[in-house]
Amino acid sequence: MEIPKNITVGVLAIQGDFERHLAQLDSLGVPHREVRLAADLDRIDGLILPGGESTTMDIMIDRFKLREPLTRFCRTKPVYGTCAGMILLSRLIRDNQSRVKPLNIIDIEVLRNGYGRQLFSSDERLEVNLGNGTKHVEATFIRAPKIVAIGSGVEVLARRGTDPVLVKSGKALASAFHNELGGETAILRHFLTHYFV
Amino acid sequence: MWNAEDKQYKVKVGLAEMLKGGVIMDVTTAEQAKIAEQAGAASVMALERVPADIRAEGGVARMADLDVIEKIKRAVTIPVMAKCRIGHFVEARVLETMEIDFIDESEVLTPADNMYHIDKWPFRVPFVCGCRDLGEALRRISEGAAMIRTKGEAGTGDISQAVKHLRAIGGVMKSLTVMSNEELYGAAKEWRVSIDLVKVVAKLGKLPVPNFAAGGVATPADAALCMHLGAEAVFVGSGIFKSSDPEKRAKAIVSATTHYKDFAIIAEYSHGLGEPMKGIAAESIPLESQLQGR
Repeated sequence: MEIPKNITVGVLAIQGDFERHLAQLDSLGVPHREVRLAADLDRIDGLILPGGESTTMDIMIDRFKLREPLTRFCRTKPVYGTCAGMILLSRLIRDNQSRVKPLNIIDIEVLRNGYGRQLFSSDERLEVNLGNGTKHVEATFIRAPKIVAIGSGVEVLARRGTDPVLVKSGKALASAFHNELGGETAILRHFLTHYFV
Repeated sequence: MWNAEDKQYKVKVGLAEMLKGGVIMDVTTAEQAKIAEQAGAASVMALERVPADIRAEGGVARMADLDVIEKIKRAVTIPVMAKCRIGHFVEARVLETMEIDFIDESEVLTPADNMYHIDKWPFRVPFVCGCRDLGEALRRISEGAAMIRTKGEAGTGDISQAVKHLRAIGGVMKSLTVMSNEELYGAAKEWRVSIDLVKVVAKLGKLPVPNFAAGGVATPADAALCMHLGAEAVFVGSGIFKSSDPEKRAKAIVSATTHYKDFAIIAEYSHGLGEPMKGIAAESIPLESQLQGR
């Protein structure tokens, strides 16, 4: 399948590794835009929520009045969240010590830093099912969130042991890990070719 | 030897990538850590005294008290960093057993070794190191640093030295991209770093690890200035908790870092902040008292 023409993909650029996602979009020749304010959402067709600190993003979403427009956007348009981005897209955060309020887009419950602090971060090859058979992709888990429960409408595209780590629900895709840190674009391609219909 | 494919190294640089676009704040108590987190800090640096106090009080500055670090770790969910003395690999190993997320091998503390920095490759915890120019940055990266920050002149509230260091790194990196191989060999020889690493920078036009600013950030405009000069995130030491209204100033610096290109937002958040830290002009500090030479 081809990447659709004439789409502009936004990347939430409040904090985190948004430049890595922009560089990936660049490498595929996809027009993109940094999203920091609500007005930026009017000019994009889909959105990537990057890795970073979910606490920081959550605070800035409220401080700059993004919560309502962002939630509305994520409910109807293609969205892809990695790590902190997945936390934001979740329905419930189990360990809510710092009171991050998820956007409730994908019916999953997550535990932030569910695999431990930085010493337990890891870089792995992971088998994923992106629709046309399975393949192995680079999966970097950085103080990663753990998915501890999934709802009925959620499809699991990859697991680490028994834990779901790549999930899909409607036009929303989310991973507990990063696939944007190396040169690979497998998951981004999957998102661009299957979710913008 | 520098190896971008080392799996452990990738994970270390990975955490540095996640801190980009954010503010890392020096804190000395759990209460300060909470204020920093609620203001939007992407990480906190646990230490016993902020650089301005170390400068004022003198004495030997060491790794922070482990009980203080533990309390700060328990108070927040964002990553917690801590400083060790330059060359003090045992302090670093101790911090690693504490499951600290990032170690700053820092010139703000009294150096333990006047000859060598820590060999950072065998550690599982990532390191950030300070630098004043590209040669120094690349030497630290060769030793395994996963993040580079400018030294600036810590504890002064004077941004001029961080600006000088950002300009020095940025300008020379640009010039590397148009150099011939002969010139690149010359640069590697001058800086005492491997030609392979010099070639990586020449090809990328930037460092192979995130490049943050530190040393003298006191206002939202200072933080935004650093971002414009190529910094990918900002460390704030004394600038927040030595000001009259830390909570408000911390919020303002975070907002200005995210929206560094939007001057109206920086202006909005620069109102009514109260007194900044008093500060001291870096140029007025005698050379032997400057921290950046360490």
